[in-house]
Amino acid sequence: MDYAIEMLNITKEFPGIKANDDITLQVKKGEIHALLGENGAGKSTLMSILFGLYQPDIGVIKINGEEVKIKDPNDANKYRIGMVHQHFKLVDNFTVLENIILGVEETGFAGKLKHRAAKKKVMELSKRYHLNVDPGAKIQNITVGMQQRVEILKMLFRDNEILIFDEPTAVLTPQEIDELMKIMKELIAEGKSIIFITHKLNEIKAVADRCTIIRKGRYVDTVDVATTSKEEMSEKMVGHQVNFSVDKDEPNLGSVELRLEHVTYKPRGANKALLNDITFDVHRGEIVCIAGIDGNGQSELVYNISGLQTPTSGSIFLRNQDITKMAIRKRNDLGMAHIPEDRHKHGLVLDYSLAMNMILKDYYKPTFQNNGFIQFDKMNEYTDRLIAAYDVRSGEGGASIARGMSGGNQQKAIIAREMEEESNLLIAVQPTRGVDVGAIEFIHKELVKYRDEGKAILLVSMELDEVMNVSDRILVMYEGEIVGDLKPKETNIQELGLYMAGSKRG
Amino acid sequence: MEKKKGFFDKDSTKSVLSSLVAILFGLLFGLIIMFIASPTQALTGFGIMLTGGFQKGTTSIGQVLYQAIPIMMTGLSIAFAYKCGEFNIGVPGQYLVGSFTAVFIALKATFIPNSLLWIVCILGAGLAGAIWALIPGILKAYRNVNVVISGIMCNYIGMLLVIQGVKASIYNPSSAQSYPVSATKAIPSFGLDKIFPKSNINFGIVVAVGLCIIAWVIMNKTTFGYELKACGFNKEAARYAGMNEKKCIIAAVAIAGFFAGVGGAIAYLSGTGKTIPITEALPDEGFNGIPIALLGFSNPIGCIFAALFIAYIKVGGNYMQSLDIAIEVIDIIVASIIYFSSFSLFVKLMINNWRAKKKKGGNTA
Repeated sequence: MDYAIEMLNITKEFPGIKANDDITLQVKKGEIHALLGENGAGKSTLMSILFGLYQPDIGVIKINGEEVKIKDPNDANKYRIGMVHQHFKLVDNFTVLENIILGVEETGFAGKLKHRAAKKKVMELSKRYHLNVDPGAKIQNITVGMQQRVEILKMLFRDNEILIFDEPTAVLTPQEIDELMKIMKELIAEGKSIIFITHKLNEIKAVADRCTIIRKGRYVDTVDVATTSKEEMSEKMVGHQVNFSVDKDEPNLGSVELRLEHVTYKPRGANKALLNDITFDVHRGEIVCIAGIDGNGQSELVYNISGLQTPTSGSIFLRNQDITKMAIRKRNDLGMAHIPEDRHKHGLVLDYSLAMNMILKDYYKPTFQNNGFIQFDKMNEYTDRLIAAYDVRSGEGGASIARGMSGGNQQKAIIAREMEEESNLLIAVQPTRGVDVGAIEFIHKELVKYRDEGKAILLVSMELDEVMNVSDRILVMYEGEIVGDLKPKETNIQELGLYMAGSKRG
Repeated sequence: MEKKKGFFDKDSTKSVLSSLVAILFGLLFGLIIMFIASPTQALTGFGIMLTGGFQKGTTSIGQVLYQAIPIMMTGLSIAFAYKCGEFNIGVPGQYLVGSFTAVFIALKATFIPNSLLWIVCILGAGLAGAIWALIPGILKAYRNVNVVISGIMCNYIGMLLVIQGVKASIYNPSSAQSYPVSATKAIPSFGLDKIFPKSNINFGIVVAVGLCIIAWVIMNKTTFGYELKACGFNKEAARYAGMNEKKCIIAAVAIAGFFAGVGGAIAYLSGTGKTIPITEALPDEGFNGIPIALLGFSNPIGCIFAALFIAYIKVGGNYMQSLDIAIEVIDIIVASIIYFSSFSLFVKLMINNWRAKKKKGGNTA
C-alpha cells in the first residue's frame, strides 16, 4: 500500500495525562485525510509529533514506507512536511515574499538577499494554484484569508509534499472557507497529500477522502468519508449522541445591568480606533453574544469593560454606576465575573497550584483570609468542591500545578472559579474553547441557568453554532464597530457570515 | 495527595538534593585547582578547608556564623525579589547605603542610649536600603525600566554618594576611611560570646535568621505574599485578578532593599572595628548574595543554609593560609566552589529528567 505518511501506535504522555494513547494514522498519497476529534482529543499533540516539536514515547513514523526520526521542525522540513498553524507564523511588517523565503533565503555577495529567483517561483506557484497573492504586499495590510494563502505558499515554496492544515477554517468567513476548499482540492490534484485537522463535520464532508477519528487521546476509527454519514462520524467523535441545541425558555428581561455609551478605544500611536463609538445594553436575564471574526475588536471590547484597558472616550455603566475608570478589584467586588479569552495570559497563574488559582480573585475576602494569612484549609475544601462539581481533571487534584494540566481542564477550572464567584454580570469569552463536547453541553446549561437566575451574560464567541444556540441577542462586530443587532431566531448562519465579513450592515 | 509521591519526587527533596550535588561538583573542582596550584599540599589543604568551620572548635563555628550574616541578608534580598519576578542586582548599593546609615547613626546619634542604639541603626539602615531600592522599583513599575540596568546604575551612584557622605561626616583622616563603630555601641552578643568564645559572633545572627523566617512566612502564608508571587509569575493574570501589580513590584523590591540594608548594618555593627573604605569598589557581600540565592533556590530558609555553607568554606579557606598556599589561590578555590554551587538549578533539571526516564521504565524518549 502506498502511504505518504504512517504514524504507527504513537503514544505520548505528559505529567498526569496521556495525550496520545496508541494512535495510528495512515495517509495515502494524493488524498485529503481529515483528522477529526474534539478539542483536547490529542490532535495537536499528534501533529506536533509529526512536525518534530515533541518526541513520541512509543511508536514509529514512516514516510513513504521508510522509518524516520523527526527530531525538530527542520527534520520535518527535510522530509517535506509543512504545516499551516492555526495561528499564523508570519512577520507582520515583512512583505509576503520576505515571509515566504524566511529561513530558506538564498544570499549573494556579502549576504545580499537574492529576491528575483524567489519572486519568480512564488509568482509561478501563486498562478498555478490560483492563490492570487501579491508578493510585494505587507502582511499587516492583507486579509486573514490572504495571510493563510501566504502560509500555503510557504509550504509550496519549500516543495513540501505533505501539508498539514491545523483548523484552517477557524479564522475564516464562510465565503473564504469555500475558497480554501477549492485550493485544497487543487493541491491534491497536483499530487500533494493533505492532513486536515478539524472538528467541523461539514468541512470534512465537503473535501476529505478519508477520516481518522480520535477521542480522548485514543484511536477510534478510520472511515471513508463518502460512505459515512455525518451523524456516524459525530457519534464516533464524541462517543455518544450529541444534542447540539440548547434547551432554554424565552428570556425574562430585567433591568439594564451593563451599558456602554459611545465607547471608543484608540491606543496611543495606533492609526485607527480599535473600538469605534460602541453603544449597547445588556439586561438582566439575557445572554448577549458578540459575534465576529477573531480580531475585529472583541478582545478590546472585553478589556475595556473588565478594566484591563481604559476607553479613550465614552462611558461604561454597571447597574447605573459609572465604572469607566474604576479599578479592576472594585469592578470585581461590584459583581463582575470574567472568563478571559487567553487562559494562559490572564486566566491562570500557571506556576501556582490549581487550588491557589481557584482563589485568585477571592484570596483577600474573609472566606479565605484571616489577619492577612491565607486559610489554606478553606482554600482546599473549596477547591475540592469545585473540582467535583465541574469535573476538573488533573494529576494530583488541587495540588497539581496549573501548567501541567491539559488546556480543557485549565479552562474548566477558570469556568468553575468565575461561575461560583458571586456576580451579576458574567463576561464569557470563548468559554467552551478547548473543552470536550460533554463539557460544552454542561457549560451551556450553566450559562442558561445563570441567566435564569436573573443575571446578565455577555458572551463572546467565534463558534457560530454557539452563537446561534446560546444567545438571546447577537451583536456582530466588524472592524471595531457593531454592524448588526440580530435575534438568533430571525437570522441564519449565512446572513451572519455576511455581517461578519463586513459586506452587510444592519 | 502528598502521600502518593515518592520521596524523590517531592520538589523540596529535589531542591536540597541538587544543591548538595552542586556543592559536591564545586568541591571536586576546587580540589583539581588545588592539585594544579600546589600538588604536594593539595590534600592537606583540602582537608583543612573541609573541616574549616570546626578547626578551632566553637571559636571557628562562631566565626562561620559571623561571616554568614551579611551574605545571608544579601542572599535573602535577591531571593525575595526573585520570587516576585525581579532580579535585584542593586544589592551592593543597597548594602552600602545601609552600612553608611548604620555607622552614621551609631557615631552621630549620641543621644540614643547604647542599649537601643543598635536597633535604631539596623532599622535605619534597612529603611535606607529600602529607599535606595525604591528607585529601580518605581522606574520598573511606572516606566518599565529593567531593574537590572537601573539597579547597576544605582550601585555606582550609591557607592559614590556613600564615599562623599563618609568624607563629609564621619571621615577619619589619619586612616583615610570612616571611623569604626566602637564595641560599646555594637550589637550585643547576649551570651553568644560565651558559647562561641573568641569569635566575633553577635546577636545579629539571630536577627538575620529571624528575618529569613519572617520572609518565608510572608511569601508562603500571607495574602501579601500570594500577591507578590502572583505578580512575579504572571503580571497580566495578577492585573486581571484585580491586584495592583505596580504596588507589588515596588513593595517587593523595597523589601529586598530593606534586607540588604540590614545586612550592611549588622556587618558594620559587630564591634570588630570594621570601617567603610573610600575606595571606589562595590562590596563583595553584595554580589555574593547571588550564589546564595541560587544555591538556596530563592527560598528564604534555603538562604540560611546556603549562607552558612559559603561562610564555612570561606573560614576554612582562611585557615588554609597556615600552609604555603597563596591567598589568591585560596580565593580562586573558594570562588570556584561558590560558582559551581550555583549550578544547583541545572542539577535539579538533571534530576527531573532522570526521574522522568526512570518512571517510563527505561523507554528512550
